[in-house]
Amino acid sequence: MRILMFGWEFPPFISGGLGTACYGMTRHLAESGEEVLFVLPKAIEGMPREGYQMMSAEEVWRKRSDDDFPLPEQVTVLTVETALYPYIENKEYARMIQRFEGAIPREGKPAPSIMSLSGHYSHNLFEEVQRFAEVGWHLAQQSEFDVIHAHDWMTFPAAMAAKKRSGKPFIAHIHATEYDRTGDHPNPKIFQLEKIGMEHADRVVAVSHRTKKTLIDRYHIDASKIDVVHNAVSHDKLVDPLLIKKSFKEKLIIFVGRVTLQKGPEYFLRAAAKVLETHPNYRFVMCGAGDMLPRMIEEAATLRIQNRFHFTGFLRGAAVDRLYSMADLFVMTSVSEPFGLTPFEAMRYEVPVIVSKQAGASELLPRSMHVDFWDRDGLAKMMIEFCENRQLHKSLLEHQKTTLSKMSWRTVAEQLKTIYRKVIPV
Amino acid sequence: MTSVCFYFQVHQPFRLRKDYDFFKIGSEHHYEDDYANATIMEKVANKCYRPMNQLLLEEIHRWKGEFRVSFSISGVCLEQMERWAPDVIESFQRLVDTGCVEILSETYYHSLASLFSPEEFVAQIRLHRQKVRDLFDYEPVVFRNTELIFQNRIGEIIEELGYRGVIAEGADRILDWRSPNFLYQPAPCRKLALLLKNYRLSDDIAFRFSNRGWEAWPLHAETFARWVHQTAGNGEVINLFMDYETFGEHQWADTGIFEFMRALPGEVLMHPDFSFATPREVIDRYQPIGKLSFPEPVSWADVDRDLTAWLGNSIQDSSIERIFRLEGVVKSLGDPDLLHAWRKLQTSDHFYYMCIKWFADGDVHKYFSPYESPYDAHVIYNNVLSDFEEILLHRWRMRNEAPVPNGGPRRSPLLDMAFVD
Repeated sequence: MRILMFGWEFPPFISGGLGTACYGMTRHLAESGEEVLFVLPKAIEGMPREGYQMMSAEEVWRKRSDDDFPLPEQVTVLTVETALYPYIENKEYARMIQRFEGAIPREGKPAPSIMSLSGHYSHNLFEEVQRFAEVGWHLAQQSEFDVIHAHDWMTFPAAMAAKKRSGKPFIAHIHATEYDRTGDHPNPKIFQLEKIGMEHADRVVAVSHRTKKTLIDRYHIDASKIDVVHNAVSHDKLVDPLLIKKSFKEKLIIFVGRVTLQKGPEYFLRAAAKVLETHPNYRFVMCGAGDMLPRMIEEAATLRIQNRFHFTGFLRGAAVDRLYSMADLFVMTSVSEPFGLTPFEAMRYEVPVIVSKQAGASELLPRSMHVDFWDRDGLAKMMIEFCENRQLHKSLLEHQKTTLSKMSWRTVAEQLKTIYRKVIPV
Repeated sequence: MTSVCFYFQVHQPFRLRKDYDFFKIGSEHHYEDDYANATIMEKVANKCYRPMNQLLLEEIHRWKGEFRVSFSISGVCLEQMERWAPDVIESFQRLVDTGCVEILSETYYHSLASLFSPEEFVAQIRLHRQKVRDLFDYEPVVFRNTELIFQNRIGEIIEELGYRGVIAEGADRILDWRSPNFLYQPAPCRKLALLLKNYRLSDDIAFRFSNRGWEAWPLHAETFARWVHQTAGNGEVINLFMDYETFGEHQWADTGIFEFMRALPGEVLMHPDFSFATPREVIDRYQPIGKLSFPEPVSWADVDRDLTAWLGNSIQDSSIERIFRLEGVVKSLGDPDLLHAWRKLQTSDHFYYMCIKWFADGDVHKYFSPYESPYDAHVIYNNVLSDFEEILLHRWRMRNEAPVPNGGPRRSPLLDMAFVD
């Protein structure tokens, strides 16, 4: 099969799980003998290229022939119908743009500030999405493929344009919805793009049952059109845990993720404060950046726990793995998380995890590891229990080992191929 | 006769490494950004200390003793000059040797100890005296506290230590209808004289000098001298107190600040009733005309002239509490290196960088801060403190394994710290 894949990010330039997941799928589809062309707005040297083809938007743009006509207006309307939406109030626009703003610190170099965000989403995100749709249109002319596979709303207009021109089937893959990102205050423009994209898709892939439910309840997508494919995790370790030494004796409990509403950082902080009331021999790390970071730093200071509660800002690559390998417990307090890759990344380093019931990741983990993100006291109790009860610790690790062994991108690639076969006419 | 009294503050903090992240806690014990500190010292020395010291020396010689100034130089600044710009120390020594330059007393570490630990406050004053004695062979008689922070309680301590005078901000809320152009006495004191900064005239030079939107721009020495002369018969001393870095660093050379200062002595002395004096000479010449009470601390910082540049928000308060909570254990360990490290972490600048009062406006705090944001400053400072606490804890354990000299068990000072052994 020849798969045309549209993505928005790819390692090492990632702002979350999306790029990592795209890499895992692409690599293993290629490994199993399929032809993949992965197109993203900017392909950068140093991105891994393993048996699949990568192409940047500019490259497609350069290769288009002079006599090729541009994306017809009626298609523009069809794909980016939301561009006709009346402009959202400036203030809200600014808030929304803020969510996507930020510089990308390079690995190995400290971020210029703890406030630096990870994302490489720019000011004119919608313009970029529109330009990417043009790219989809031209690409459909330039390349041969059997199926189009697009990841999250930014790439949907491109996929729809490609489908329009080629008549090939289109799979919309949902890694996160606007409801997850905003905590029930979706940007109407983005919501529209998601909804239209899924409606135009031949099939929809959701990363968890939880996400599938959101797609049915909020976007009114036909349940029979949606397949659930859980993400996998790469089993590669970027650091050797035997070489990483924790230079203090306290137990270390970590949070890794963007410090935004969606990730519920304040619930982690408050549970940490609760633990410290009775167990001063613990340390906590909040790893990540985001609009809530200043508030979190102030709150830790107000609670006078800044001697035990540390902030690293945004870390990438080996630095995150180093943190995992130092940790005694990983906690995810997401308020709304379609999947959530980080607990599984932590598990590679034999770190027990606690995940919020509101995260798709919990579907793969036993109930004993679940917590309601808002249950401060319950979480605090679990944190202590998980760190101090050796017997429990051992059984958790065994459980996690089994879970992890079943999670492979190879399996994900097989599941995707089954879905492709459903839509590719024989 | 009216005296014009110049006092210049010279200070540079030991700035912390911006890369001191979580992973360095427990393994990296070097906290300071030597490169930044050395380059900033070199830059400021070139722009301000070297040319301005030379200018003052020439003016002092030219006016044969009639032009006089005073300095307060923090211990941490002197230390950095010794390390990175020893010629600057020599040029200050030449100035002191003229007999026309007075050196004031302050806390060695430019700290806020006066607000948190009287014992530590006095110890740091003594250390600074010793440093001034060693470098300048000088015995200060007038005290100035960090950022001119002053309140009644501090006046009592300073009088107790035998000082003749103290320097403070001439804040409106203290002076009310009174003029800063006289000598006063802090309310609880019997002998101590109080010199108050004339902030209008001081800030004309320190802040407004290069402001093109100011109606008096460009300010000439002649104009400024006229303003000074206008106080004739209506005051005894005009106290012009400012950061020394005003000359060449805050106000760049191309603003004409050096030409202004070169012309000023002559313009001021043109009026027969005006002369220059240093703080101790002012105290010799005049009597306090009344008592002033400072129930709450007053400083010379920002428009608020209170403590909110260093204290008041949670990231500042939690940090300063944390450093002072270590006093017991650091002192009982008795290691001079640890004591020095602990005291350098008390320097007021660390807390100034954490000020979020006008963070959004990118104001003067941002100009002086090496950090991208007050939150970075807080996180780095607290990472450093976490490492420092680990060292203290380690040393304390080692010590307790050794037999205690006087027998009996001791209460662990760690109990007073933010963590429990």
